[in-house]
Amino acid sequence: MSVSRRGLFGLAGAGVAVAGLGAAAGVLATGEQRQDAAVPASSVVPFRGQHQAGIVTPAQDRMHFVAFDVTTKDRAELVALLRAWTAAAERMTAGQEAAEGGAVGGHREAPPADTGEALDLPASALTLTIGFGPTLFDDRFGLAAKRPEALIDLPRFPRDDLDPRRGGGDICVQACANDPQVAVHAIRNLARIGFGKVAVRWSQLGFGRTSSTSTGQATPRNLFGFKDGTNNLKAEDPAALAEHVWVTGGPEWMVGGTYLVARRIRMHIEIWDRTSLAEQEDIVGRAKGSGAPLGQRDEFDQVDPHVRGAGGAALVAEDSHIRLAAENLDGAKILRRGYNFTDGSDGFGHLDAGLFFVCFNRDSRTQFVPMQQALSSRDRMMEYLEHTGSGHFACPPGLADGAFWGQRLFD
Amino acid sequence: MRLKDLGIGLAGLAVLIPLSACGSSGGGTGGGTAAAGGPIAVEAKDDACGLTRAEADAGTITFEVSNKGTRVTEFYLYGEGDRIMGEVENITPGLTRRLIVEVPDGGKYQTSCRPGMTGDGIRAEFTVKGSATRQVDTNTKLAEATKSYQNYINSQVEPLVAKTGEFVAAVKAGKVDEAKALFPVARTYWERIEPVAESFGDLDPRIDAREADLEAGQEFTGFHRLEKDLWVSGLQADSGAIADRLATDVNEIATRAKTVELTPLQLANGAKELLDEVATGKITGEEDIFSHTDLWDFRANVEGSAAAVNALREVVNERDPALAKTLEERFKVVTDLLDKQHTGDGYKLYTDLSEAEVKAFAEAVDALGEPISKVAEVVAQK
Repeated sequence: MSVSRRGLFGLAGAGVAVAGLGAAAGVLATGEQRQDAAVPASSVVPFRGQHQAGIVTPAQDRMHFVAFDVTTKDRAELVALLRAWTAAAERMTAGQEAAEGGAVGGHREAPPADTGEALDLPASALTLTIGFGPTLFDDRFGLAAKRPEALIDLPRFPRDDLDPRRGGGDICVQACANDPQVAVHAIRNLARIGFGKVAVRWSQLGFGRTSSTSTGQATPRNLFGFKDGTNNLKAEDPAALAEHVWVTGGPEWMVGGTYLVARRIRMHIEIWDRTSLAEQEDIVGRAKGSGAPLGQRDEFDQVDPHVRGAGGAALVAEDSHIRLAAENLDGAKILRRGYNFTDGSDGFGHLDAGLFFVCFNRDSRTQFVPMQQALSSRDRMMEYLEHTGSGHFACPPGLADGAFWGQRLFD
Repeated sequence: MRLKDLGIGLAGLAVLIPLSACGSSGGGTGGGTAAAGGPIAVEAKDDACGLTRAEADAGTITFEVSNKGTRVTEFYLYGEGDRIMGEVENITPGLTRRLIVEVPDGGKYQTSCRPGMTGDGIRAEFTVKGSATRQVDTNTKLAEATKSYQNYINSQVEPLVAKTGEFVAAVKAGKVDEAKALFPVARTYWERIEPVAESFGDLDPRIDAREADLEAGQEFTGFHRLEKDLWVSGLQADSGAIADRLATDVNEIATRAKTVELTPLQLANGAKELLDEVATGKITGEEDIFSHTDLWDFRANVEGSAAAVNALREVVNERDPALAKTLEERFKVVTDLLDKQHTGDGYKLYTDLSEAEVKAFAEAVDALGEPISKVAEVVAQK
């Protein structure tokens, strides 16, 4: 029997589907008081559609991101795994258990097919998004010719301090949900299904989304205490998404997909916290309270590089974070969808905390890479940052009915 | 904190920047409260500069500048002696730009529209009402602090040049052991005045860039390039040329450092920054990744920080004796820990430290960094 994870609510008539453009709380005029779109915790985000969920879906509160290495050498086995994953992912995002029989409905002498910790929890707007890393496109599965040119090995950026145990991977899955237990449950069950075919390479938990991806959401704060993502692309702007996020060229299997860049950015928060308010604001380029660009009044006011303060010094300094990020995208934009993290402590009396940066863009070569090169070499904030993990993945388009994850790549 | 951001070398800056005028944080947190009467509209034409009113209360003053003329213009608010309080440039015809200025002191000011963005512009008197004009801070103790730190910089610059010269000579003569012994010694003088050195953004990377921090296409030169040659790859064909350039660059820094005038606030922030350098670079062993002589640099950063704090000691003693006492105690904890690692003619290598020893250093530096971060506010008090 199939036990609905959402117990009493049943599946039919469950919460509002929140994916899709403009479905979140209506578009508000700039400067109006923004309220977080009230997405019911029990809501279900459709798993199938033109694009994968979890990209322009209004950012949920929690994340569990995982990267796998493929261990099997057998292409058919890998395809079978992707089919099995797709079935489990679709069930879990609908608020069901990972498999028929689930946590308690199977044979008493067999281990349960679902690990059980999400029993009775609602779907919590769970989304599962898959991406394929550059290393998958070698001769193991005959995919070398299918590697998109845009799926580059990211260059080394100045001041990178990458830990090989926190980067790379053949396949990534990003789970986002409003309940951390639901996100972790999803990744745990996918990893379990994958044993013998894939192995977990690294994973990252995140909380307190650091970007708003919908005009119905207030801009959240990162662990530096600043609003982060004010100028982010929004789900309600399909023209901008078409221009900056969704792939139109390259290999056919990627049309309608997007490229995901993940960077684990450790923040030296203890040193930041000893920095004066004026200095913090100068580094970021925004007022800490309102989020307004320096020299302006409101959060959504445009940055004006032509305003100068005492002594004729630019109010938004040339090496401030927001100015470098904006000017080096050369009109291009990225969709940021990062999360805060604290992974315990570092053994030297400091929290191991920071920002797990995730962005989606149409071509990292012309969007993320030039922006990060400018930030790595000139951003004053770099004194307080250390990039410790990195990944680049090709996220295929959304799934039609009956299709499985990556089907067009393996056809 | 980069000293250059504080406008080092900007002629015409008051030597002692009152805190309220030094933060360039425009609207401040919360966007600032508009002075009585709200924004002042400025109508800028090719031959006129009309303001809806020529006075405002002290505090946050907002100008909305509309260009009704035919030429690109800009708008300035000047204080006494044409000190720029704020400006907004590049206002093209038909455009409106906003200027929010913090003016803490009442008194006489001037507004100016500059059609064509040249010349003195079309000037008018502007009155700021409210708090009495602040007296220029003539606190002799603060003036002495500045002077005393200037003396400290000069006392470090001479041996920096001398020891770097000896180091360079040893490299060029192929005397590897001698060069290795001189490397951490020469760097000591450099690290003591690091915030000052870093204010020369063009020279600092050439002298002190770490290999891990290089940008694509950036040449690896300076101390750390020679460190790699001496400890890892052996002297290279161009080691001599790299050494010569290091000597030239260090001489240049020395000349410039003598002309730097630091405000007490910059001293306080420099002291904090030296501790940050320790916490993020030296404690992790990333500074001297080839030679592992990080503890020399560590000690020098701490000494430089202590020198800056000492220059301000009398002021801190007077205004916050408890803080002065805390600083003294916590500096001692750090220096005692360093003393424990003293060997023969220097320090134990970073790689010979146990994890527990590194952790003790990290904790002591955090404990010291916290009170040091409070010195700026004490110095800025009126």
